[in-house]
Amino acid sequence: MTDKTQSWTRKDLLGLRELSAEEIHFVLETADAFKQVGTREVKKVPALQGKTLVNLFIEPSTRTRISFELAAKRLSADIVNITAAASSLTKGETLKDTARVLEANHADIIVLRHRSAGAPEFLASRIGASVINAGDGAHEHPTQGLLDLYTIREKKGGFAGLHVAIIGDILFSRVARSNIFALLKMGARVTLVGPTTLVPRVFEQMGVTVSHRLEEVLPTADVVNLLRIQHERQRKEYFPGLGEYIRLFGLTKARGKLLKPDCLIMHPGPINRGVEIDSELADGAQSVILDQVTNGLAVRMAVLFLCASVVKQ
Amino acid sequence: MKNIAKKTDAVRIFDAEMMTRALRRIAHEIIERNGDLSGLVLAGIPVRGVALVARLVADIEAIENVKVATGVIDVSMHRDDVGTRGALSVVRPSQLPLPLDQRTVIIVDDVLFTGRTCRAAMDAISSFGRPACIQLAVLIDRGHRELPIRPDFVGKNLPTAPAERVRVRLESIDQEPDGVWVLKPKKND
Repeated sequence: MTDKTQSWTRKDLLGLRELSAEEIHFVLETADAFKQVGTREVKKVPALQGKTLVNLFIEPSTRTRISFELAAKRLSADIVNITAAASSLTKGETLKDTARVLEANHADIIVLRHRSAGAPEFLASRIGASVINAGDGAHEHPTQGLLDLYTIREKKGGFAGLHVAIIGDILFSRVARSNIFALLKMGARVTLVGPTTLVPRVFEQMGVTVSHRLEEVLPTADVVNLLRIQHERQRKEYFPGLGEYIRLFGLTKARGKLLKPDCLIMHPGPINRGVEIDSELADGAQSVILDQVTNGLAVRMAVLFLCASVVKQ
Repeated sequence: MKNIAKKTDAVRIFDAEMMTRALRRIAHEIIERNGDLSGLVLAGIPVRGVALVARLVADIEAIENVKVATGVIDVSMHRDDVGTRGALSVVRPSQLPLPLDQRTVIIVDDVLFTGRTCRAAMDAISSFGRPACIQLAVLIDRGHRELPIRPDFVGKNLPTAPAERVRVRLESIDQEPDGVWVLKPKKND
């Protein structure tokens, strides 16, 4: 009786590396439906009524946490926010014990942001609740990757043959990794651009091109995704200095002229204006930075809905 | 009964021609019941309800020369059994012409069974606004309602056993000829 063979069977979303192209496509299609909900008179659906979602953010974040919170509220879930400072983790409790306590309080979904790569996977294998990775160290940030893909698909119609340039701090970026895994699966071509210290050649093993000269990449790019310089993760020796970075890799007004007229400018935020990108471009016609935010809500609703809908043993 | 079950597990209820006639009759009934076709919206539940809407709209246009408005209602996010059903199929965007206030929305689906899908559809519609009236049109009513819901337009009332399944095929979706079958559970011995 089924008209579609594709489906979703994961209780957790830990990364985009393990997803198939079909699964990514499935999430993006589901997000279409949830994006429509935002245009209704009542922007709320009862899908997760009676479910409890915990935002467990051991590392600071505002936009991702708020996006998940709004997504959960629009799905009618109950929601609790826990930040590192307010959690018992500061009193020495382990992550696993914190999660088990949450589960004993009947949490159905735990959205975890953690500084250590692999923390969400660790939790997911030990508790029955759904675990959504909201960023783990420099590993993955799957919902950011999905919302970037959603935005590209919305504006460009698909991925096949697209040239996506990811610019900046790749080494420390979980956003870059999630994007790379997913974009390659969907048939796009990816070039990483940045200083040699932050974009080492070893990334070529992932199937991408590495460049250290921004001017050579910009004219052929269909999408440029600018990553924030993660001051908090870096030590001095990785970074040439802000002035030098802007001079070599900042998307300045002058460099913006090298872009194709229909090239999309993306940024996961928060923007360092005048560093990664000049204000004229961040606010210009090619910028889809605010679309990314709106789409993030739809994508996160879709992810929460799908993971919560999987029948648990 | 036992003999039939042994010989075949599928009993055909509608062939293409019977389905065409049933839909045409429903179109006539919709016109008769709703004088003002300009305020009408036929809203299909994916996937076959959407295909049936296209058929009904064409029938109404052939009869009255009026093209009625259409919509899509995906009920997945309005169901009350999230996390207990098996495989998910993709959720499709719902779309209805706005505002709904002065309109009559007719929910269109292939099979009416427990009524839970219809309840979810009414819930979904109310998140778009408050239509003047909601009606229900189904190709097959197989009984076994679990909610106080009754169809306004029915292609065929089909008494079934709970374990049986109703199989609807539409050429525009399934790439096989239109038809409706009852599938009886197979006897293993």
